[in-house]
Amino acid sequence: MESQTTYNYKVVRQFSIMTVVWGIVGMLVGVVIAAQLAFPDLVLWDGIPWLSYGRLRPLHTNAVIFAFGGSALFATSYYVVQRTCQARLFGGPLAAFTFWGWTVVILLAAITLPLGITSGKEYAELEWPIDLLIAVVWVVYAVVFFGTIMKRKAKHIYVANWFFGAFILTIAVLHIVNSAFVPVTLTKGYSFYPGAIDAMVQWWYGHNAVGFFLTTAFLGMMYYFIPKQAGRPVYSYRLSVVHFWALISTYMWAGPHHLHYTALPDWAQSMGMVFSLILLAPSWGGMINGIMTLSGAWHKLRTDPVLKFLIVSLSFYGMSTFEGPMMSIKTVNALSHYTDWTVGHVHSGALGWVAMVSIGSLYYLIPRLFGKIEMYSTKLVEVHFWTATIGVVLYIAAMWIAGVMQGLMWRAVNADGTLTYSFIESVERTYPFYYVRLLGGALFLTGMFFMAYNVWKTAAQGNVSDADDIIAAPAAH
Amino acid sequence: MDLNDIRAWHTLVLMIAFIGIVFWAYSKRRKKGFDEAANLPFADDKEHKATINKENLS
Repeated sequence: MESQTTYNYKVVRQFSIMTVVWGIVGMLVGVVIAAQLAFPDLVLWDGIPWLSYGRLRPLHTNAVIFAFGGSALFATSYYVVQRTCQARLFGGPLAAFTFWGWTVVILLAAITLPLGITSGKEYAELEWPIDLLIAVVWVVYAVVFFGTIMKRKAKHIYVANWFFGAFILTIAVLHIVNSAFVPVTLTKGYSFYPGAIDAMVQWWYGHNAVGFFLTTAFLGMMYYFIPKQAGRPVYSYRLSVVHFWALISTYMWAGPHHLHYTALPDWAQSMGMVFSLILLAPSWGGMINGIMTLSGAWHKLRTDPVLKFLIVSLSFYGMSTFEGPMMSIKTVNALSHYTDWTVGHVHSGALGWVAMVSIGSLYYLIPRLFGKIEMYSTKLVEVHFWTATIGVVLYIAAMWIAGVMQGLMWRAVNADGTLTYSFIESVERTYPFYYVRLLGGALFLTGMFFMAYNVWKTAAQGNVSDADDIIAAPAAH
Repeated sequence: MDLNDIRAWHTLVLMIAFIGIVFWAYSKRRKKGFDEAANLPFADDKEHKATINKENLS
């Protein structure tokens, strides 16, 4: 019975450590492909098929979204649901199964993608046998998470758990519908859907991967770790309830903005644009709710680098959720689509918001998981914060300028109707920005190495048995 | 009634549901429950202190 009285921190520890490891791996691949664009002729990768850009790029996106982001979400959702429900994770060994299952999925991705085994669907490149494994792991994750909520001692379900729960349910639906394949061989399946319908299903999935995986779930993180680190409850719990329902019911409809000016019917494109514009309201409502939690405690921001990570991540969230709706307007999209502006937008969200809120949450979590009060070096957290922030700013500023330049060059026409610039001229003009982007990405990766050292020292000094908190008996409340 | 009528009504139903959620969330009756819920992250602070005390002793 002894194991029944403590929280299950083991699985949280495993996912937390792997978040740092996969973060370094995924961002390293990102830096490699950024270098490939800046120096395409370098002998290092010249002529090696499994190091080609087309194979490494999906490896990068899968590694940072599903390995790094996914592990961060497993770790934080398992921690938050236990502490706010005051119950040990439901299902005994099932939680361990999700860790090892997820690890196998990541390793399979790392093998198959460089071999060129891919379904070609963006953010859903993995072939059907791996998709099946993901579906099994995800259903078990849902059982563990919702089972824990059913066991809760408190009457209410804390708002962070609503966000995590919506993320788990929606990703299950999205993944299963979008991965409907007709298997042909073990490594090749074909999509169940034809033509434009397949494209629409893909971007319904793709945009909600952004909306629910990279937004809703990380907002769950925000609603727990910002109040904890700031030492005060969230600014407005009422706003958080409205935020939740507005966000999840709007995100579902924004996907068509990925298919402006394609074979998708015009009305569907316009609907995607309108819903993307509406999204600004819940997005900013949530951002304001998070930042205003610091109201009356702003001074903490001066001295606490963990809080800096969390609050600056919300600033980037606000920026990219303003930029996104703007880019979904069809006339703006005519300029921005297929340019590096999109890449800049994605990284303002992925590095500025997703990575920084995860890093901040982990800096809160890791000392507690190893029986410590704080990280081995707070100074190093501060250095990491500035390295990461400068890295993101360099990255996104370079890609904004490059993207607008490319869009303007591609649409420029001479008086006789011919194109002013050839495509390769726009590529040549982009090189300086590729160098700056490489520098920004490398800085962000450097910050992750600082974090790995700091985490390693904290874990080495800590004591796991000190960390495994006893769950209070109900009588104590 | 064809499918497009149902789609049009569906929009209206969702709009009303959203307004309903706003009124529900901001009603006076919900205030106490929400205050309790908002403090859930701090309900287990005691156990955290236990960890810290243990750490200081060792």
